[in-house]
Amino acid sequence: MADVKKTATREAYGKFLVEYGAEREDLIVMSADLSGSNKTDGFEKAYPERFIECGISEQDMMAEAAGIALSGHVVAASSFAMFAAGRAYEIVRNSIAHTKANVKVCATHGGITVGEDGATHQTFEDIALMRVLPDMKVIVPADAVSTKILMKQEFDTDGPAYFRLGRSGVPEIYIEGSDAASQLKVGKAYEIMEGNDVAIIANGIMVAAAMEAAMELRERGVKARVIDMHTVKPIDEDAIIRAAEECGHIVTAEEHSVIGGLGSAVAEVTAQKCPCRITMVGQHDCFGESGKPAELLKKYGMTAEDIVKAALQ
Amino acid sequence: MKTAAELNMIARDIRIDALRGIHAAGSGHPGGSFSVTDILTALYFGVMNVDPADPCMEGRDRLVLSKGHAAPALYATLAHRGFFDPEEMLSLRHMGSFLQGHPDMHKCPGVEISTGSLGQGFSAAVGMAIADKLDKKDRRTFVVTGDGELQEGIIWEAALQAAKYGLDNLIAVVDWNNLQIDGVVDTVKKVAPVDAKFAAFGWEVFNVDGHDMQALLDTFEKALKVSGKPVCIVAKTVKGKGVSFMENQAGWHGKAPNDEQLAQALKELGGEM
Repeated sequence: MADVKKTATREAYGKFLVEYGAEREDLIVMSADLSGSNKTDGFEKAYPERFIECGISEQDMMAEAAGIALSGHVVAASSFAMFAAGRAYEIVRNSIAHTKANVKVCATHGGITVGEDGATHQTFEDIALMRVLPDMKVIVPADAVSTKILMKQEFDTDGPAYFRLGRSGVPEIYIEGSDAASQLKVGKAYEIMEGNDVAIIANGIMVAAAMEAAMELRERGVKARVIDMHTVKPIDEDAIIRAAEECGHIVTAEEHSVIGGLGSAVAEVTAQKCPCRITMVGQHDCFGESGKPAELLKKYGMTAEDIVKAALQ
Repeated sequence: MKTAAELNMIARDIRIDALRGIHAAGSGHPGGSFSVTDILTALYFGVMNVDPADPCMEGRDRLVLSKGHAAPALYATLAHRGFFDPEEMLSLRHMGSFLQGHPDMHKCPGVEISTGSLGQGFSAAVGMAIADKLDKKDRRTFVVTGDGELQEGIIWEAALQAAKYGLDNLIAVVDWNNLQIDGVVDTVKKVAPVDAKFAAFGWEVFNVDGHDMQALLDTFEKALKVSGKPVCIVAKTVKGKGVSFMENQAGWHGKAPNDEQLAQALKELGGEM
């Protein structure tokens, strides 16, 4: 898919904020010294008075975000996933989730594709941390178009949410205005490719890898169903049950630890409702290191090839 | 406008009901509740614009009890201010009660934001004051923090932010009783000098005796006139104030009195069983 146009989901987030800021005057965007990386700088330029810079203080940003949201605003608070979900965790729990504050935690640079910055900046735990919080929605978009669509829906809805966005460019999967794009709904999985031999349930950057894997599998006579499970919470149980019943083998693919993330969320559903064999592709309980994103994905087993292998197991 | 003497009588009733609640619950935080009682009384009965009949009234002043463990004092203050029946204090910390162990905004009328995890209320109050500046709302946010609580780093992150945004609509009160669970604040991890620290962070600072009602009222009056920067009132207090055997005892931070102790405490406070 080398010749496909690539855009990072954080870029789409930045554009969304500028557009949505025109629509809603009560939108406040917050930064912790990463506006350029988080792509919130476009909003800052367009609406400087509604941009709150917190400096290198992620914990303070999250509690302030709660205070601003509880004063009648919708707030987008951004940092790297490591700091938004990790460092500020207990503040997100007690001041945002427990209060049901209308704060959208929009974390960029999730996963191993942060690349050269290395282990201290590569998060594989954020989805696990966020999805155990009551009332917190967790969304991991696969590409630019779906990022904007899912964000619009979620920002129109009152309450806390966590968006996991990436640093690196990802291939465009959805086309703006298409039938597929119009079917994207928070909390509802989207079936990108049909098939009943195996189901690949993926999110984030792994959706493109899952599609590539499905095409490879097709050449080998295996018809794989590819499901974009962009919303990890609330998870689309029906789509998982159908996949389990109709395909008999589920491969989950995520740029996250296989402990606690999408794979675990899928397994929680199948274990209780329709036991099914699951093979998990993701980070296998280890820290990362510096390298180019593609090199790291290969080393840590998160490529289309790894999905193919898992599907054929 | 009530006189300081009248407010002192109200504070006495608040202490009595807070302690009755803690006794009925069998747990809670009397020490820090009693050190902050006069501060809360001055605010709710002499300073803040609130309406018990309409807790979410547009334009009301807001208070965040960042030291959320002093919930019994806040609840008893709200009750005596008319937000609910003081007899409800006996349901404190009981299953199904709206009076949770730490303040819950979704359960108790008059609670602006749930607190209990120290430091966060202070930072959230800064957010509230920023929002009011953006929305051009002419009202105040008050935040009450403990001195031990100042050991939380988020306080100082937020203090920088408040100064940066020139939040003269924000008034912080430090309940400086110099005790925390593990002992004397100066020993556990010294935060003094609190006034000089906040001044260095760009705040206007006032020192006051946190149990001198008239001095508290006068200080709040001065604080309301400050322009261009946030205000910190460092209120010197006595942990367990009003009950001889609780005063200045770290052991009464988070412990309920038994029947005998309650009777003795109520006798000293001038209440009845």
